[in-house]
Amino acid sequence: MRNAWIICRKELGSYFVSPVAYLLLTMFGLICGFFFWNELAYFVVESIQMQMRGQNFPMNINEQIIRPLLSNVAVIGLFFIPMITMRLFAEEKRTGTIELLATSPIRDLEVILGKWMAAVILYACLLLFTALNFTFLFKYGNPDWKPLLIGYLGLLLQAGALLAIGTFISSLTKNQIIAGAATFGVELLLWVCGWVSGYETATWAKVLAYMSVITHFDSFGRGVLDSKDAIYYVTLIFLGLFFTARSMESLRWRS
Amino acid sequence: MISAKDLTKRYARTTAVDQISFEVVKGQIVGFLGPNGAGKTTTMRMLTCFLPPSAGTAQVAGFDVLEQPLEVKKRIGYLPETPPIYPEMETAEYLKFVGKLKGLSGAKLQKRVDYVSERCAIGDVKKKLLGKLSKGYRQRVGLAQAIIHNPDVLILDEPTSGLDPKQINETRELIKDLAGEHTIILSTHILPEVEQTCEQVIIINKGKLVATDSVKNLQARARGAESVVVEVAGRAGTLDAAIVQHKLEQVAGVSRVLCKQQIDSRAVFEVESQKGRFVRGDLARTVVESGWDLNELRPSAMSLEEIFLQLTASEVSAQDEEPVLQEVQQ
Repeated sequence: MRNAWIICRKELGSYFVSPVAYLLLTMFGLICGFFFWNELAYFVVESIQMQMRGQNFPMNINEQIIRPLLSNVAVIGLFFIPMITMRLFAEEKRTGTIELLATSPIRDLEVILGKWMAAVILYACLLLFTALNFTFLFKYGNPDWKPLLIGYLGLLLQAGALLAIGTFISSLTKNQIIAGAATFGVELLLWVCGWVSGYETATWAKVLAYMSVITHFDSFGRGVLDSKDAIYYVTLIFLGLFFTARSMESLRWRS
Repeated sequence: MISAKDLTKRYARTTAVDQISFEVVKGQIVGFLGPNGAGKTTTMRMLTCFLPPSAGTAQVAGFDVLEQPLEVKKRIGYLPETPPIYPEMETAEYLKFVGKLKGLSGAKLQKRVDYVSERCAIGDVKKKLLGKLSKGYRQRVGLAQAIIHNPDVLILDEPTSGLDPKQINETRELIKDLAGEHTIILSTHILPEVEQTCEQVIIINKGKLVATDSVKNLQARARGAESVVVEVAGRAGTLDAAIVQHKLEQVAGVSRVLCKQQIDSRAVFEVESQKGRFVRGDLARTVVESGWDLNELRPSAMSLEEIFLQLTASEVSAQDEEPVLQEVQQ
């Protein structure tokens, strides 16, 4: 574990020494801030309309701001995750530094875990940035904090799964652009494959729907911790890291 | 310290390294010599546990590269052909990172970082980004990371490639300096480098072991006998190479005559004398007295270079000669 932490520190270093981390933080913050402002403005307009009509329909910050916003963040994350993972292995393979890691007294799994952990920590920083928005809600409103926490747990789990897939794809190529594009493509497929359940009820459609990363986020977004969804994400994380380990091994046998 | 037995690496279509066996004694500097693509890097990668061998075994410091890779890796310092540096790191930060990877920590790590920085003369760039360093400095940082954990064995893949002559000399001196503490294998395709720095040479070509001997022995082999190139031409436009060869073999002190090339009525021979015999005068007289023209007569010193070329390039030269003959015939 000590070795994994060494690798993780090194990866975090290269994220935060280069402009990568700051660029991602800025863009992610801006986009999520825009969505927050959007939802909030809509909420304010709606509540004024409610008052004018004299209706007493209950307005709920959790249901009407936090939940849609968390779903948006889950989708926006899909666009940012390839940018985080694409360099992880591809760059080391291109510059030859992978030889240093592979000839050091450290296990492949420790390298993979370290890199994946660094990616998760960077993504957690991005999420923390969006949490700033919610502090306004707590200052001026009275939302329930527990569903919010579970929503963030869901976001982190979902990102962990997608980052593991990205790590795997990055270990397949020397080219960062290929790694990034392929990761993005796979993630988009994993998102949209759930849409078939809208018009099809056959078993294959159910399987496809079950595979979709975003549908599994729904319950987290509602503030419900469903073990089925948590297990789905954890399984994806294990699969992604497992395949990365296999890919590193095959690199040795082929290269 | 290092022993390889029938080490083999096969890829899908090619065999990069074919049953190489050798031994390296503790404290020695061994030169891995061969043309580009001979399999030097692949062999080194197998010794460093980067690539698993397809067949055969290798042991470093008593540990098998397949069975106990972690133990082997602890005892090896490796400098690949391009130094494995992260351009966004500072020199000292990088050395610390590598030191930690190799299992150092705390005060010991700091001590080793200071020591290797001084040893490799990179103290003045400690705070610089590796990406901004010159090639010479990068190479030295590469060496510094290889010795940071004071390994028993150092494996250096073309440590002087791409450096200017001054840097090459400095690097060679540094490597020689390190020899006392570490067993060193270095690969190169530059011969003088081996003559200057190594005690033992392993020559490989096309994945096969061609020769392994001490530099002294190889040089003795080179100096002992005189080798002369003779070009003979027949006067009447024809020449029977076999007869000439026979005549030359009759000359006193000649040990071996090789017909290297024959084009129409000209033939080139390589004549080797016995140890300590001077045969050039007798050769000239024999040729002229036999009624042939002597076009050329020059000594060909058997340098290590020539031994190397003889050992490694035999097939290449055979292929080269044919087109020349065809051109002349047309």
